Amino acid sequence: MLILNCPCCGVSGEETEYHAGGEAHLKRHSIGSTDDQFEEYLFMRENPRGVHLERWRHNNGCGKWFHAARCTQTLEVFGTYSAQTYEPPKEIKDAISAKRPGWTWRTFS
Amino acid sequence: MKRYSAFAIAREAFRHHSGWERAWRSPAPKSKYDVIIIGAGGHGLATAYYLGKNFGITNVAVIEKGWLGGGNTGRNTTIIRSNYLQDPSAAIYEKSRSLYETLSQDLNYNVMFSPRGVLMLAQTQHEIRGYKRTAHANALQGVPTEWIGPGRVKEICPIIELNGPRYPVLGGLFQERGGTARHDAVAWGYARACSDMGMDIIQQCEVTNIRTSGGKVVGVDTTKGAIECDKLGGIVAGNSSVLADMAGFRLPMESVALQALVSEPIKPAMDIVVMANTVHGYLSQSDKGEMVIGGGTDGYNNYTQRGSFHHIEETVRALIETFPMLSRLKMLRQWGGIVDVTGDRSPMLTKTPIEGMFMNCGWGTGGFKAIPGSGWAMAELMAKGESPLTDEFSMWRFKEGKFIDESVAAGVAH
Repeated sequence: MLILNCPCCGVSGEETEYHAGGEAHLKRHSIGSTDDQFEEYLFMRENPRGVHLERWRHNNGCGKWFHAARCTQTLEVFGTYSAQTYEPPKEIKDAISAKRPGWTWRTFS
Repeated sequence: MKRYSAFAIAREAFRHHSGWERAWRSPAPKSKYDVIIIGAGGHGLATAYYLGKNFGITNVAVIEKGWLGGGNTGRNTTIIRSNYLQDPSAAIYEKSRSLYETLSQDLNYNVMFSPRGVLMLAQTQHEIRGYKRTAHANALQGVPTEWIGPGRVKEICPIIELNGPRYPVLGGLFQERGGTARHDAVAWGYARACSDMGMDIIQQCEVTNIRTSGGKVVGVDTTKGAIECDKLGGIVAGNSSVLADMAGFRLPMESVALQALVSEPIKPAMDIVVMANTVHGYLSQSDKGEMVIGGGTDGYNNYTQRGSFHHIEETVRALIETFPMLSRLKMLRQWGGIVDVTGDRSPMLTKTPIEGMFMNCGWGTGGFKAIPGSGWAMAELMAKGESPLTDEFSMWRFKEGKFIDESVAAGVAH
């Protein structure tokens, strides 16, 4: 069972306390966007076997959204961080790089 | 290949069973094939089989990183049905179900197809409307299903509790010609038939790279060396996104864990398949007597082939409300598989941005029932470049908005 630390309220809880919200850092396209951009936003996913940046909601807790960096092959959680960001903070990137050298994610690494 | 028959069993009984031969060969890979299929699960082997049988293409290799049928083919709950709402789905699943009816004779391998009937329970008013609509759609599609009331449900499934405290049983959608089959035997039977046609089945051979030249596929790099090919079929279920990444494109897909479990064996108690989609529980009794139970998926991306325990707990808790006798059973085994779920919960049988490379994936939580039909259609797509059964299942339907929306239409379960 996953144990996640909510960066919003500071509580550590088991996954039953949270709701998984899918891939993080998607670019949200809107009115005036092309079909390609909408397809990218709505459907295309990285779905890696390895480092995955994802959204979670602390459903049975503070109710806030946050992001987590996790390995889909080992279920290891590298860290959680605020959702108010376009990419993970340096300490999260360093924590991932320490365990998974050379990892990449779309446009950053 | 020596054929299996009653006579063969008698003959071998008189000579200490010394005459049985291996069901399929395990050759080293050749340097080039006309077609390479990645993934020796049910769908991959069925595709290879129908390439040979229907189109005479037998210079084929099926390569597999683990062992044959060791992925989702050997991890599902073996349910076969074709009661879908949308026409493209009904067409390919009904083709599949009808092929299952004669598969044992076709392959000379007993896949133990048991058309015992599949019942999908309606436990909310919404499900009643949904299943009646499906029954009408099935009538137009030529797929025999019927809506039945609670009295008939109790008649064909006596162990059911109709008046459960949370979700009483209000009726159900019954497909009498659905059922189950032995999942391993489906993979083994196809493998034996493919090997007999001269195809190479290469296990423990992982693809590490897809070679392309000028936008066209020319071969694959594997842990057993490079192999060239003219056409490539990627049929790797939960690992489809990883394979697509090797070829440099992305898929509208996420991989999640789906779990199942079996009880200790008991005497025959239920001779149909029951699916309770509202509470995410699917139940049938195997020939060994085990109650085979399927549950729901985890919510997060996962490649570990094991799921979260609380989903097992939820599934069992929900099922014992509808089947109180299950509360006295010990559970023997639990396992998980990685299912490839697309944006509209329907599969993709499709060309790709790489010329000569095809993908058959996205069967999600319901691929076993589709194996023969999927192989049949995929073989046609790979041999001729088009197939009426796969027209609607292209990977570009998401950009065009032409979804095959079975997720909302048919309840959750596939």
